[in-house]
Amino acid sequence: MPITPLTITHYTLTNALGRGREASLQALRNDHSGLRPCDLPNVDLETWIGRVNGLEEMAFNTGLETFDCRNNRLACLALQQDDFLPAVERAKQDYGADRIGLFLGTSTSGIATTETAYLERTDDRLPPDYAPADTHNIFSANSFVRRFLGLAGPSLAISTACSSSAKVFAAAHRYIETGICDAALVGGIDSLCLTTLYGFTALDLVSAQTCRPWDRARNGINIGEAAGFALLQRPRDNLSAPSLLGYGESSDAYHMSTPHPQGDGALSAMQQALQRAGLEPGEIDYINLHGTATRSNDASEDRAVYRLFGRQPACSSTKGFTGHTLGASGITESIFSLLCLEDGLLPCNLQTRQTDPNLQANIVLQRQHRPISRVLSNSFGFGGNNCSLIFGEA
Amino acid sequence: MIKVRLHSVGILAPGLAGWRETASLLRKETAYTASELSPLKPASLKPNERRRTTNTIKLALQAADEALKQWPDPQQLISVFSSSEGDLTIVDQICTALSQQERPVSPTQFHNSVHNAPAGYWSIGAGSRQASTSLGGLDGCFAAALLEASVQTLTEGKPALMVCYDLPPPKPLADFIHLRDPIAVALLLSAENTPGDVLADITLQPGLGAEENRMTDDTLETLRLAAPAGRSLPLLQAVANRTAAKLSLPYLPDLDLHLEVSPC
Repeated sequence: MPITPLTITHYTLTNALGRGREASLQALRNDHSGLRPCDLPNVDLETWIGRVNGLEEMAFNTGLETFDCRNNRLACLALQQDDFLPAVERAKQDYGADRIGLFLGTSTSGIATTETAYLERTDDRLPPDYAPADTHNIFSANSFVRRFLGLAGPSLAISTACSSSAKVFAAAHRYIETGICDAALVGGIDSLCLTTLYGFTALDLVSAQTCRPWDRARNGINIGEAAGFALLQRPRDNLSAPSLLGYGESSDAYHMSTPHPQGDGALSAMQQALQRAGLEPGEIDYINLHGTATRSNDASEDRAVYRLFGRQPACSSTKGFTGHTLGASGITESIFSLLCLEDGLLPCNLQTRQTDPNLQANIVLQRQHRPISRVLSNSFGFGGNNCSLIFGEA
Repeated sequence: MIKVRLHSVGILAPGLAGWRETASLLRKETAYTASELSPLKPASLKPNERRRTTNTIKLALQAADEALKQWPDPQQLISVFSSSEGDLTIVDQICTALSQQERPVSPTQFHNSVHNAPAGYWSIGAGSRQASTSLGGLDGCFAAALLEASVQTLTEGKPALMVCYDLPPPKPLADFIHLRDPIAVALLLSAENTPGDVLADITLQPGLGAEENRMTDDTLETLRLAAPAGRSLPLLQAVANRTAAKLSLPYLPDLDLHLEVSPC
């Protein structure tokens, strides 16, 4: 049985391409990357990053100063773009602040605050103003955003590595379906930190160059940071906006940091998303790949996509624009999918020079402009945690 | 309001080594004595994996193992894992490494540092390719997991395992994060009409206005507050005594989770 689609009435995103939807759309339309050589203070790695400008300097005049950390700054900055705050106010008037659920995904939350506290420790004591519950904790952004926006409904913090902020759409759909809430604010936030930069380097998964998804010479990820938010409501006659049509979630049950070689888990997530959307594989026009540009991730996803779709739908990874924004990649690429639907745009697989002859998916090497109706977006994380979403016209 | 069925419980805490013992204690048949946890040896982890995993992962999986002891097909289970703090021993080790000149971050520790590490190891051990979610939620993370697992089992039509777990942090984090005891609680839930052994039916509704239930026994009340999973004790007490109960569990600062427990 197909699910009832949810209308996505408003959305916003901020990442290395800039603040707000227009910055991302212009970059996707012009093959413009937001990656730069790593210039994060206190990092001595040779790699490229997708860094958001101005986070360090911005004022955090929220009346919620204990929540001040890079992750919540990024959340706060993103919420202030695209007239998103007035849209939330209208939703509060329509539904009541206690009937709007808040569903956020993050991988590392504000762990940078703990890294700094450890650098500043004396006699094995952390600085007295260290406030981990409001900064480092996985629920920190939920606490902050809930107060910043005056929301009073149910709230869920999902942390499943790089699928975190894709799964928020599935969770929101279920809460609305069961009547736990009437509308949902979904989102994701992840910010640059030493833990992920050095941790992925320790796993030999970071590229010293710009990341090249599906390239024969691909050699790892670039890490980025991003925040994005979307308002989901039940369909109403007077609402004309793209919809969440389907979701699929699965586990690999294979390995903690390497995906299933045949893409079995990814395949199951995509199949479930199609089923819930009531669609056949041939009805998907474009796939926004997870496409991290590691050898094994792209090979596994390629296998899964080819097994289900053959070479029919156009596919690209947008990691070459933003870097891998980890726990925020789900929301980032969901919103890219919405932008592509509205603009009739198939963004190119930026940075890729020569596709790997062993990979079979139909990769977009030069961006295309044509009307598209349905987009599938993939997000896969450590622990073998997979989520696929389908967006389009209801 | 939604309604689910509780099939089984797994529990580990100081002085509570399993559901049978805990239920007897909650029925006041035996007295509570706090004692150290025995070394953790979850059967669902292979010996070589046990060496590579942490106590946080082992604690969560051992509670899950107990809840699933009688369940025939764990590979069909949706899973929801929930923890306020994740793995603070790893956070301490990674942040210590990052404050050294060479930044010697261990690759194994890094991939075990993701919040969904216990869920990932569980799905591998159980062979479950079903959906798996990992949550935070501060002191409300037991209620958040119970609500999420219930919503999932009802909408997806499959039984759900939920596990809530936390371990006390190492120094220097212990000055700032107050978790006194290691506690893990696992529940196996399904939609109302699922056959099999049933302990209770539970209705759930987030709401305002009812005061959070406490334990009348002082030592158990201390345990209830010692870690987020301890907040499950009023629910477990009603289940153990097979009594109907209306309960309120802490969920969010301004929202509780209201439960109605009916013994089966």
